[in-house]
Amino acid sequence: MTATASSDTSVGGKATGQRRQGPSFLMALPAVLFFGFFALIPLGGVLAISFMEWNVLGSPSWVGLDNWDAVLTDRPFTWRALGLTVIFVVGSYLFQAPVALLLGVFMAGQQRYRALLSVLYFLPLLFSSVAVGLTFQSLFSPYYGISSALPFEWLPHDWLANPDIVMYVMIFVVGWCFVPFHALLYQAGVRQIPTDMFEAATIDGAGRVRTFFSITLPQLRYTIITSSTLMLVGSLTYFDLIFVLTGGQPQDSVRILPLDMYITGFSANNLGYASVIAVILVAIGLSMSLLLNKLSGSTKMESDKAGA
Amino acid sequence: MTNTASTESKLPEAPGAALEPTKPAGGVKDVRSPKPGKARKPADRPNVVGGALGWIWLGIIILPIYYIVITSFRTSEDLRANNQLIPSSEPTIAPFIRVIENDFFQFFLNSVVVTLSTVAAVLAVSLMAAYYITRATTFGGNRLFQLILLGIAIPVQATIIPVYYLIRELGLYDTLWALILPQIAFAIPLSVLIIVNFVRDIPNELFESMRVDGAGEWKILWSLVLPMAKPALMTVGIYQALQVWNGFLFPLVLTQSREVRVIPLSLWEYQGQFGIDVPATLAAVVLSAVPLLIAYILGRRYIVAGLTAGFSK
Repeated sequence: MTATASSDTSVGGKATGQRRQGPSFLMALPAVLFFGFFALIPLGGVLAISFMEWNVLGSPSWVGLDNWDAVLTDRPFTWRALGLTVIFVVGSYLFQAPVALLLGVFMAGQQRYRALLSVLYFLPLLFSSVAVGLTFQSLFSPYYGISSALPFEWLPHDWLANPDIVMYVMIFVVGWCFVPFHALLYQAGVRQIPTDMFEAATIDGAGRVRTFFSITLPQLRYTIITSSTLMLVGSLTYFDLIFVLTGGQPQDSVRILPLDMYITGFSANNLGYASVIAVILVAIGLSMSLLLNKLSGSTKMESDKAGA
Repeated sequence: MTNTASTESKLPEAPGAALEPTKPAGGVKDVRSPKPGKARKPADRPNVVGGALGWIWLGIIILPIYYIVITSFRTSEDLRANNQLIPSSEPTIAPFIRVIENDFFQFFLNSVVVTLSTVAAVLAVSLMAAYYITRATTFGGNRLFQLILLGIAIPVQATIIPVYYLIRELGLYDTLWALILPQIAFAIPLSVLIIVNFVRDIPNELFESMRVDGAGEWKILWSLVLPMAKPALMTVGIYQALQVWNGFLFPLVLTQSREVRVIPLSLWEYQGQFGIDVPATLAAVVLSAVPLLIAYILGRRYIVAGLTAGFSK
């Protein structure tokens, strides 16, 4: 290594040749350019477009607060979509969080069969959301899905067509996709708890339930915060599966905000309105992340990096 | 057999543990080394709740996958006439042939091109940025890091409209570039985060000694930072490859024609095209998952670690 290094004093080496000098900004430039151009500018851009009228084909033109006024006051559906989003986010959380936590703890056990189960649990993560969507679309079909295959009369035949149940079906299918990921996080978290703590608890006579609540849960707090943030913000902006499975139908009963944004923008060609919805989404998402970070009482992720 | 077992129990530690260099030295390392298996938990009574949930969840996971596999090997008539959860008595591969004849390999190739170029660019660009962030003496290494980290919280969905505008103005709409460029940008924050945590741990003396030997920054990047950061690059690469390969929103909004169609979008289009030909649609679903399934079988440890590395702290 040293031998070759001494023979090679390249152009870059001359420029920063003095001792104790770090790399030039050139190193960070590509990342900054990409990130700035396609992530930061769009973030500002979506705010700008929310003040413009733009119907895809033409060019955007300023209309001031018109879009905001229209979306927030003249369009009752915005509030319905917001309500649906809240139901979807809360419902997804209530379904995914306990299942992922229990599964993660279960997977962390040393038994051989659990390792095998963990391998299988992972499978949904290999499918794209479209693949999952198409799978459940046929599985929930009234003509050739599970309802016609299984001999249970009480099973509904209109899983995706009944406005009263389709929201729950969506929460389930989205959970099917994401529970494995969060279970993996919890599994890794549980395995990092020092063994002594469990031993001590056992010696003190704590039963399984007691150990779970007094040791496992408190020790998992950072994992719980990370996983909760990802679940909540993730389902707030979730779009793919619901779009593929339902397109928001029937009767717009699962047209949550991200889907509403897409339909308004790219199906109804009103990108101004859609941008207003997008800005609302960003605002809710960022405040939720910040709030959860504050609630956790720590900026652990940050302090880790800021040091050294 | 012993081999599998040891792989199994080391699973979360493999590349993952190396990614947590900033952990305080207290007892994290020897979590399981002294007495494996025993006394991890009050293991006298079986964990009934966990066990029941574990098996139920297995059923929930497997049923849909089982269904798509058996359905993709039958005809539409067969599907309607017989019980849908029992494999056909006359299996056929005709649905797969219909999918392949419908340019599946073209779409597959597009997905490969998009995924490989995106991941390669993300790795290069993020490694360089991580080198700068950890070693910069001039200005703003830390500030730049904070800025980039902000990007983790930006929801892609919410910025898709301006991205669409930019891509159109650049004349890149409906090209593979339209998929590659923005996806590089949105992959950068998390990638930089993971790689920085790794590069930061390279001992200062190594940099010093290279500099004394007159190595320039590119030389240092190439012969010191790159080899040392390899495990992190591996994890990041796998994670981002999965994201890009399965990504749906960018292709949906930024492309249109058949020539640049990637697999997730092709599934979406097959559905419209095949209509009531459910076996063919599901055969396409199965085919779309095969490459990842093979990758999973070959490198499960890395994939699992790669998926959670950015988040499990």
